[in-house]
Amino acid sequence: MTHPILEARSLHVSFNGVKAADDVSIAIHDGEFLAIIGPNGSGKTTLLNICTGYIRPRSGNVLLDGHDITRLSPRAIARRGVARAFQIPQLFSAQRVIDNMMLALAGTDGLWSAVQPLETARRRDEARALLDLVGLADDADRISSTLPEGHRKLLDIAVALALKPRLLLLDEPTSGVSALERFPLMEALMAALRQRRITALFVEHDMDVVARYASRVLVWNAGNIMAEGRPDEVFSNAQVRQRVVGVA
Amino acid sequence: MPTIIAAAAVLVIALLPVAAPWLQFVLTLAIAKGFAALGVAVLLRAGLISIGHAMFFAASAYAVAFLARAGVNDLGLLLILSVLGGALVGAVAGSFLVRYRAIFFAMLNLAVSMVFYALCAKLYGVTGGTDGKPVPVPAVFGVVLGEPAFKSVLFYLSLGLMVLVGLAVQRYLNSPLGHALSAVHTNEIRLEYLGIPVWAVLLIAYVVSAALAGLGGAIAGFAIGRVVPDFAFWTASGHLVLIAVLGGIGGVPGAFIGALFLELLHSAAVTVTDSWNLIVGMALIIVIMFMPKGIYGLFARKEATGL
Ligand SMILES: Nc1ncnc2c1ncn2[C@@H]1O[C@H](COP(=O)(O)OP(=O)(O)OP(=O)(O)O)[C@@H](O)[C@H]1O
Ligand SMILES: [Mg+2]
Repeated sequence: MTHPILEARSLHVSFNGVKAADDVSIAIHDGEFLAIIGPNGSGKTTLLNICTGYIRPRSGNVLLDGHDITRLSPRAIARRGVARAFQIPQLFSAQRVIDNMMLALAGTDGLWSAVQPLETARRRDEARALLDLVGLADDADRISSTLPEGHRKLLDIAVALALKPRLLLLDEPTSGVSALERFPLMEALMAALRQRRITALFVEHDMDVVARYASRVLVWNAGNIMAEGRPDEVFSNAQVRQRVVGVA
Repeated sequence: MPTIIAAAAVLVIALLPVAAPWLQFVLTLAIAKGFAALGVAVLLRAGLISIGHAMFFAASAYAVAFLARAGVNDLGLLLILSVLGGALVGAVAGSFLVRYRAIFFAMLNLAVSMVFYALCAKLYGVTGGTDGKPVPVPAVFGVVLGEPAFKSVLFYLSLGLMVLVGLAVQRYLNSPLGHALSAVHTNEIRLEYLGIPVWAVLLIAYVVSAALAGLGGAIAGFAIGRVVPDFAFWTASGHLVLIAVLGGIGGVPGAFIGALFLELLHSAAVTVTDSWNLIVGMALIIVIMFMPKGIYGLFARKEATGL
């Protein structure tokens, strides 16, 4: 097996006595599309928070390409090629959709030029291409706060893609996205990930999406992994069916 | 079209002192305060209110006085060095102030500026205490001018700088760094996750804003011919915030429009009534209640409804 891109080793985190991560260990390998499923409040978002440096675990380590990143800031980890799309979209809501995109693009190159405008022809084209990919081409000039929730999610994903990550962490990418738009979004996303060779981890509540797209599934329960395997394996597990799939 | 309006406005300001010579001083001072208010407005973009920017205004004015005493006698050199001095003070203060937000940022700026004010007032041997320091008339490109001629040169130079510096700041605000600055206001978490160092974005903005305030202070020092600790007093800082809000935080011209409006209103009001504060207060209430984008919003309406 190849060296994992991201590895978490025996993470422990609790909030006021509630264990959000209780001896969690995971590994994501190159080219995977790893799904995490589990009931509300089981610690899925917390895992992403730890892996991106937003919170520090009480104990345990996170390794990126074998290097310890547990104590790095979200900024340092982002700079190492890990991008995140959030469960609740994190946008620059007072700015236009396209400006959100162009700022993300500028973050990786050209931030320090105070004389060049943010909007260059190259950046605009690149931003539009990504907006097109997630189906937001028509919203480019809108102020982000005026977008419907589902479109805000899409923009949040496009912003993460704009960082040209090697590893993309998606927190419920299809929640808030209408049932009609869900599969087209996933198709476009998968195509983009394959084309750009991006490895991804995604938290998801929609079991149809998981069954169709995940290469491997981790089932979360109360701060720990209760099952793991290919989608068909996991979904045929009686315990999982009862505890998670039925609930979700 | 907005360019034509702006050019016409600058032309009108340039011609006003020809018609009414007493206005020259008022307008020079208004432009000086406009620079400082623009500095405050730059930070307002990030949602940060500084109630201490008069400190940089005063710092550069004192720098002019000290440099002149030390033998520097050229207007251009004095302006450049004193603005650099203001920027340096800004870099030092900013490096720890930009870690704070909201009320903490506002209050810490106020606190630091009050320490600065107290030092200016108490260190009699260095600063001349409450008497302040004289700012002599410098040479302009080697030419020694009489005071009236120098004041005219100063006015037209300030007006020219207003246009040039205004355009430069406009450019900065349109750049990735400027957009990142506005983004601090809406979502710092996302900025960090984009790999953008928020503290660096803010420190640059802080230094820019201090330099702008410094430029204003240097001009004011030349116009008044003296620098006193009151330049740094907290009411002066509050006045700058007032101008920035009056002018609207949106655009660069707003700071100058706000400053001109207030200074002209002031000179009109004091001749008629002594209820100056009442008038300013009313004006501010009207602007905040009916023109949330400031006076500048009146002119920039088209942009605003285009959202
Ligand atoms: N910053 C925090 N402070 C206090 N408690 C927290 C914090 N973050 C998470 N928690 C708690 O930790 C537990 C796990 O939360 P988390 O958001 O990771 O769950 P989740 O699996 O993502 O749930 P959901 O499916 O609802 O998104 C919950 O009980 C939550 O209330
Ligand atoms: Mg969650």
